[in-house]
Amino acid sequence: MKQNMKKWLSVLLLAAAPLVAHASEAGVHLDRAPVNLRDAESLQRGAQTFANYCLSCHGAAAMRYNRLQDLGLTEAQIQANLMFASEKVGEPMRVAMQAADGKAWFGATPPDLSLIARSRGADWLYTYLRTFYRDESRPTGWNNLVFPSVGMPHVLWELQGQQVPVIKTVKNHETGKEEHHISLKLEKPGLLTRVAENGSFDQADYDKRVGDLVNYLVYLGEPAKVKREQIGYAVLLFLLFILVPISYFLKKEYWRDIH
Amino acid sequence: MSKLEQTAQKALGWVDDRFPLTSTWKAHVSEYYAPKNFNFWYFFGSLAMLVLVIQIVTGIFLTMNYKPDGNLIPGTNVSTAFMSVEYIMRDVAGGWIIRYMHSTGASMFFVVVYLHMFRGLIYGSYQKPRELIWVFGTLIFLCLMAEAFLGYLLPWGQMSFWGAAVIVNLFSSIPVIGPDLSELIRGDFVVSDVTLNRFFALHVIAVPLVLLALVVAHLVALHEVGSNNPDGVEIKKLKDPKTGIPLDGIPFHPYYTVKDIFGVAVFLVVFSLIVFFLPEMGGYFLEHPNFDPADPLKTPAHIAPVWYFTPFYAILRAVPSFLGTQVWGVLAMGAAVVLIAFLPWLDRSPVKSIRYRSPIFKWVLVAFVTAFIGLGILGALPSTNTRTIVAQILSVVYFAFFLGMPWYSKLGTPKAVPERVTDTNLGRQVRFVALFALTIVLATTFAMVI
Repeated sequence: MKQNMKKWLSVLLLAAAPLVAHASEAGVHLDRAPVNLRDAESLQRGAQTFANYCLSCHGAAAMRYNRLQDLGLTEAQIQANLMFASEKVGEPMRVAMQAADGKAWFGATPPDLSLIARSRGADWLYTYLRTFYRDESRPTGWNNLVFPSVGMPHVLWELQGQQVPVIKTVKNHETGKEEHHISLKLEKPGLLTRVAENGSFDQADYDKRVGDLVNYLVYLGEPAKVKREQIGYAVLLFLLFILVPISYFLKKEYWRDIH
Repeated sequence: MSKLEQTAQKALGWVDDRFPLTSTWKAHVSEYYAPKNFNFWYFFGSLAMLVLVIQIVTGIFLTMNYKPDGNLIPGTNVSTAFMSVEYIMRDVAGGWIIRYMHSTGASMFFVVVYLHMFRGLIYGSYQKPRELIWVFGTLIFLCLMAEAFLGYLLPWGQMSFWGAAVIVNLFSSIPVIGPDLSELIRGDFVVSDVTLNRFFALHVIAVPLVLLALVVAHLVALHEVGSNNPDGVEIKKLKDPKTGIPLDGIPFHPYYTVKDIFGVAVFLVVFSLIVFFLPEMGGYFLEHPNFDPADPLKTPAHIAPVWYFTPFYAILRAVPSFLGTQVWGVLAMGAAVVLIAFLPWLDRSPVKSIRYRSPIFKWVLVAFVTAFIGLGILGALPSTNTRTIVAQILSVVYFAFFLGMPWYSKLGTPKAVPERVTDTNLGRQVRFVALFALTIVLATTFAMVI
């Protein structure tokens, strides 16, 4: 009976197959975020961008400042570079703004970002932060491709510059209907835009900055993730090379006289 | 005998004079004779027990730090309950592992229990004289559903809140008493902090108590009549004339205890893979929108129950409302669960095990499992017109499996059942795995392609 372990596993895997199949979200294509939680420098740069640009309106109430020691920073560095209010280093990343004020100013309370990467997903955030465009019909003057009519203005516009929408009308051959495809064009360069000699814009630096920020947001969503996986490898090694074989041979030994 | 052993013997004697310790151990463990031909499917009973223990132990530690408070922290739009879960995930030593074990355990409980029930189905383990074991088992399944539903509210995320809102609202479709009943369940006009507090109480004490009592009843009933086996042969019929021990029986301890330890080890590999590497399981074990704090003013675009409820949820949605009420879907969903308990009286087959039943039953079973998995997939997806029609067809198959059973279970000629249990047969196992794979492919095709 025991030789059939492989078969059992295949049954288990088959049974699990429908569970891991992803339901893809309709709408805008999401770009893949460059997430690497073991890249401490990227995480540090992300934390810097987060403190400079996000924390004034969004909190991360589940995260304590001194937890950032995970990223290879000392408490003194955290206090000097990332904390602007006179808080203690053991305090959570609260936002000075009141929820009600945020609602009055932006139409919706800016959400707490502690878990944003877990609810929205890294790819969504990476695309969202790169697809703001000018739209004078919006109160803030900004709109977004993946989050239409968003209440948040383009906080990083100085870095990215200004994008404008280019609307192309395409006839769908299957349905026969006309569809509008919006693509974005950089109109005014930002601080992170590289301008080539022929005048074309290269946004790679901005993409990298946003990538670091999203990487940090993923870390923020679950600071224990790297440790979790490290422990996981140890646990699996123990199970696969010690517990499973020992219990297997123990069973075989006990069952030797059963026919 | 050494002095220490003598003292131990004396102590045991002292206890046995006052409490049936040795006799209970013998009756239920060391001299409980189980058939020697248990196969793969017989691991899931002990695994269900393991998951129950995991849930209780991790649950106790979660309770030490979780706060069932749905009110917003002043100046924010996040509740204390939601933040206390994150506190466990970040600030409590080992908190994340406890929480992931509990959330993974919830889903794995259903995986294991569904496979355990399927075992009963294929080997006719509910048939006479094991009807009560099956009824207790169905009640355990009901309790488990209640427990999972109540527990899912506690993180107080968007799906917690809206899932509970949708399900509690179902009760208000019941004529006359409905609106009052749903208000009684919530303790409020909407899902609120009051609801969270009573769900917490029910989740951590009321339902677990009932669950434990039912598990004891399930096991006592099992040990009274003895275990069934893949051949559906009653091992008690043929006993050694001298010892009175069934010829095909072996003591549960040590044979099945060591075997189950191996099962536990393999299970822990799967369990650890999820806990340490895939705790969200692609959004099926922990749904992504549930990482957004509950917001009573913002309805999510798509409210899907967790995967283990989706077959029943699909049945609920498949039934159209008529005579001006939606109660029919609720009744159908309830019936889909309750019917399970009646299997022992619906099945009229002269043999127990699928090994000896007529081929008709095998194909009906393929259809049933296909319908169940297909409904499970459909229940997780937003409904469209085509999907609703497919769900309706699969729901009919689901109910036909139960309601048609008194008729089709008598059809065809069963094979001769042997006197003694048989060895495992590779060809049979390959055929079985092939059929099982077929149901999954069929179900996926039904639900996804259409």
